[in-house]
Amino acid sequence: MSALWPTAIDWRAPRTWVALGTLALLLVLPLLAEFVSGDGADFWVKFATRVMIYALAAIGLNLILGFGGLVSFGHAMYVMLGSYAVAIPTEHGITSGWLHLVIALAAAFVLALVVGAISLRTTGIAFIMITLAFAQMLFFAAVSLKQYGGDDGLTVAARSDFGVISIAGHIGLYYVALTVVLLALYLSWRAVLSPFGLVLRASKANARRTLALGHPVFRFQLAAYVASALLCAVAGVLLANLTQFASPAYGAWTLSGELIVVVILGGLGTVFGPLIGAILLLALEEALPTLVEALLPAYKANWMLLLGLFIFLIALTLERGVYGSLPERARGRQQP
Amino acid sequence: MTTQLALSQLLNGLQLGVLLFLMAAGLTLVFGIMSFVNLAHGSLYMLGAYFGAATFANTDSFLLALLAAVAGAAAVGLVLDRFALTRLYERDHLDQVLATFGLILFFNEVIRIIWGPGSIFMQVPEALSATVELFGFAYPAYRFAIIVAGLAVALGLYLLIQKTRIGMLIRAGATNPHMVASLGVDIKGLNTLVFALGAGLAGLAGVMAGPIISVQPGMGEPVLILTLVVIIIGGLGSIRGAFYGALIVGVVDTLGRAFMPTVMRALFERNTADAAGPALASMLIYLLMAVVLALRPQGLFPAGSGATR
Repeated sequence: MSALWPTAIDWRAPRTWVALGTLALLLVLPLLAEFVSGDGADFWVKFATRVMIYALAAIGLNLILGFGGLVSFGHAMYVMLGSYAVAIPTEHGITSGWLHLVIALAAAFVLALVVGAISLRTTGIAFIMITLAFAQMLFFAAVSLKQYGGDDGLTVAARSDFGVISIAGHIGLYYVALTVVLLALYLSWRAVLSPFGLVLRASKANARRTLALGHPVFRFQLAAYVASALLCAVAGVLLANLTQFASPAYGAWTLSGELIVVVILGGLGTVFGPLIGAILLLALEEALPTLVEALLPAYKANWMLLLGLFIFLIALTLERGVYGSLPERARGRQQP
Repeated sequence: MTTQLALSQLLNGLQLGVLLFLMAAGLTLVFGIMSFVNLAHGSLYMLGAYFGAATFANTDSFLLALLAAVAGAAAVGLVLDRFALTRLYERDHLDQVLATFGLILFFNEVIRIIWGPGSIFMQVPEALSATVELFGFAYPAYRFAIIVAGLAVALGLYLLIQKTRIGMLIRAGATNPHMVASLGVDIKGLNTLVFALGAGLAGLAGVMAGPIISVQPGMGEPVLILTLVVIIIGGLGSIRGAFYGALIVGVVDTLGRAFMPTVMRALFERNTADAAGPALASMLIYLLMAVVLALRPQGLFPAGSGATR
């Protein structure tokens, strides 16, 4: 999506192949896990669900970060909000998943509207810091909820009850998460190509000029900010169901940083990039400890060193991310 | 009694404030001149604390520990600047945030490998282990020494930046780096110098904080966040802003932690107050920052007008 004008998908382009291949793999993943590792399949399905949840939050963040050019360093707070929207009602015996979802969306909507309206008054580095400030405030607010576990977090006794759509089993939850991710991908694709997305991308390129053209930039940015917060809140609802746990740690600033890493790793401002980024980062976090243990058992606990170096090198060398670096057009079709 | 408590808490706030200033001065200069967001500044603080603690444990000389911390952190800063970060100066803030986020993870693990995952102990130097008599009450001499040393460094920085040729170049660089470069000044050298200076100050803050906090991997992050709050409140790129911002944040945070639970207890019932008080106290400075940013997005003492005074 690096071009400003929407163009038709090139079905022969490497990017398209990678995207379609990834989706196909995700669709049959539980079967594949069952076939390959049998009893260990549960682990892989749960891992894949976590990837989907990260991807969903990153797709949300990408709306404002990738297409709007606004670096929010506090999006983990909406994930945390979503997780508490499951944990706290469940604690009081309310198990309806639809109600959890409504609470999460309503709370995130109100919070994002207020935080966005204040934060968007600033730009650049100040925006990074004010979003961080709000996230830290919410983090400490969650810590102060002593009746709901405070620092230690809150266990969710049972997964949310979504009626006919059962997420009690790991595979059910995985497919629900995958469906939500696909829906979010489709929505963000449509949104980016729509007039709304065009104004948003134009404001990234030059906010002042876009304003001078008569577009109310602030309102567009606020709408994108709220939409991205809502997606993160849904990710939080799914996360609380996966781990059966809600905790202030879900809103820690390191998680906000990790979400930014996911978006950039995949490819800033590409629709599909966040999903690829989530797969890569979480796979790396899973594989590195094993790799280090095999090569240098003494340093097993220090695998984060390699992750840090990796993130550093990505930032230094790969300006467009892994997915963003793939050609958007097939050979010989550079000029659409 | 209450006045004494308030006074000693005020001094504690000042002490946190001057430490934050040492951190903020380097970070805000690096931002002002190179437009570079260095999240790894907290790692330099951590390295300073470790270098200092290790030297102190081996030599029993606090002066050597100070020297090792400052020189060590400055050297790491120098290497970082020369070999890794130069390429990022022209890039987007986002790439800088990402790269230095990676460096935080890297340095935390390096420390874990060398000194182990637990915290190491650093003693208060013998000469400063007593208390001093201030306004009729006893205050730990070491904390008082931190305040004095911090203010002395602040004064030294003021003289350096206002009265020397290097300082003039730094001020000019903060206002318009491209103009300075086109006037034939070696801006790369200036960048490296400023970066190393900031790193050294962060190392100094680390070693001075060593005896009163626990020296452990990841100790830089909370301080980094506080420092970011300081330079945002004070105004990016402004040394003067960093100074006042640091004192404000230090005092507000310390007094909030000391008295918020009491205030809460007067307003709410005891259980609620005890639970919410400490957490709300932690929120205070972020609330302050959000209010400042919402009303004055450029900070309280922005650079540019009167530059880095």
